[in-house]
Amino acid sequence: MSISLLLEMALANPERTAVVSGQLRLTVDELSALADGGAGVIAASGAEHVAYVGTGGAMLPLLLFSSARAAVPVTPLNYRLSADGLRTLIDRLPRALVVVDDEYRDAVGDAGVRVLSSAEFLAAARTAEPAAEFADPDSVAVVLFTSGTTSAPKAVELTHNNLTSYVMGTVEFDSAADGDAALICVPPYHIAGVGAALSNPYAGRKMVYLTTFDAAEWVRLVGDEGVTSATVVPTMLDRIVKVLETDHATLPSLRTLAYGGSKVALPLVRKALSLLPHVGFVNAYGLTETSSTIAVLTPDDHRAALGSPDEAAARRLGSVGQPVPSIEVQIRAEDGTVLGSGETGELFVRGEQVSGRYTGIGSVLDEQGWFPTRDVAYLDDEGYLFIGGRSDDTIIRGGENIAPAEIEDVLVEHPHVHDCAVVGAEDPEWGQIIVAVVVPAADITPDIEDLRSFVRGQLRGSRTPDRVVFRGELPTNATGKVLRRDLVAELNAEQSTSKEPA
Amino acid sequence: MIKNGTRLQSQVCDTQVIVVRSADSLDDLRAGGAPLVPVGSDVDGGLSIDESLAEGNLMGKRYVDDAGAEVLVTKAGKGTLSVGSTPLAIKEAKPLPASD
Repeated sequence: MSISLLLEMALANPERTAVVSGQLRLTVDELSALADGGAGVIAASGAEHVAYVGTGGAMLPLLLFSSARAAVPVTPLNYRLSADGLRTLIDRLPRALVVVDDEYRDAVGDAGVRVLSSAEFLAAARTAEPAAEFADPDSVAVVLFTSGTTSAPKAVELTHNNLTSYVMGTVEFDSAADGDAALICVPPYHIAGVGAALSNPYAGRKMVYLTTFDAAEWVRLVGDEGVTSATVVPTMLDRIVKVLETDHATLPSLRTLAYGGSKVALPLVRKALSLLPHVGFVNAYGLTETSSTIAVLTPDDHRAALGSPDEAAARRLGSVGQPVPSIEVQIRAEDGTVLGSGETGELFVRGEQVSGRYTGIGSVLDEQGWFPTRDVAYLDDEGYLFIGGRSDDTIIRGGENIAPAEIEDVLVEHPHVHDCAVVGAEDPEWGQIIVAVVVPAADITPDIEDLRSFVRGQLRGSRTPDRVVFRGELPTNATGKVLRRDLVAELNAEQSTSKEPA
Repeated sequence: MIKNGTRLQSQVCDTQVIVVRSADSLDDLRAGGAPLVPVGSDVDGGLSIDESLAEGNLMGKRYVDDAGAEVLVTKAGKGTLSVGSTPLAIKEAKPLPASD
């Protein structure tokens, strides 16, 4: 069914606040009326696609529902891209109407068939003749470009059915209490941003947008808007924890705090849990290609793992929990054999929310509908899923495959380590060597040999970092993904420079 | 067969549902014993609720039958949801915490 229906269903509570975004506040009824008008604007433009360049807020749910009601796909783009980067991606979309926040207007130029500022779109939507097409449920509703940290950005096609299956399979309709509010600071071009804009109205929950993340502002908004749930990426959680430590804010209204987007270091999770003992923590794992969340470590799972004397149970704090009910998972060996619990391989997933389809490439699902995530993973005896990073990031040292996450998980527990990334740098002898890039804890210069022996004490000798280098911070993209390729390039460049004869 | 996404209303109580997963069985979907009709269409005022099918239903819950059909209650009412005279079963799902 169409994602537009999710908003129609939310009209069960027409007077509830749907969106708070800066000065703009919209009830469900107002959002729906604007989406009808927005659909009229899109239909009248003759566009075959809508592109959005901006920081989001109310514009995201508005454009998602307007486009759905015009039966045209929409693509929120990464507003941090260069003018060239933006135009290259817009050129890949057919006859796009480009809606753009003022500050990115120059970068967009005359891309697409027509350009409207967000303010112009909003104003036109208020007065336009409404349109209400019925989109084919198997047609594409949203196209998102992958972040391209490991290869050129791919255009992931998510159908109406993918997205509504996700929302209806993981969220209970109208389950939010009057006054519940979600604080959203994930960017609009990220699948979690799209997921939030669809699932919160369906749950009947007010959306409070923080379009430019700032930890102090985040803490203020939780208090001012009575925020009951929020989702953050690792770098945001790190900054929020720092603010909580200095301000002693307790966030009494907050009931659940979800984290995800990429791996969160366990010491940070433990610190957050101890600072916010009344909050239920949720670790959500998902991919763009799976329409957001496919596995969840629930608040109860966190509590059970934290207090458990049993080693296997305690380890689950570092898992992404169990698959959501509408998703099936398999761990496969390189030859395609399905592996049992405790065995590491590639994660495959299947379910109605899984797209696995890219523009220009087609579907990468196998004949039985399984999607290869390219994530290294294993399941424990109880079905908890552990993610060991991208298979592309696997280090091959002297013919041995080494998952960086295994070493990172150990190293980050060292009291002198604040954060770390382990990567493979080129080496004439081993092919690749293990380099640990470490962000030291405040005001400390860790001892390199001490760090190496810390790892050697807990993992096989072949996992010991060959080199340890220090950095003030790790290079990450806006959603907290470590840019490993940048680190590797930097290390390889240093290596070749240092080897030049003096 | 009724299309997924079709919104239906009861003729004898407040119940409204949306078809999440259609099946042929839903051609005989009833609430309180009376056939459901598309939301906004005329209601037969001569019908009344069958007291043997008046257990009610719950807002936001999904109901299923043996044929794989699934409907979601968007407005609760007094009538029992049934296919013919066989009541639909509530689909029990452990609620997940908000994750995005």
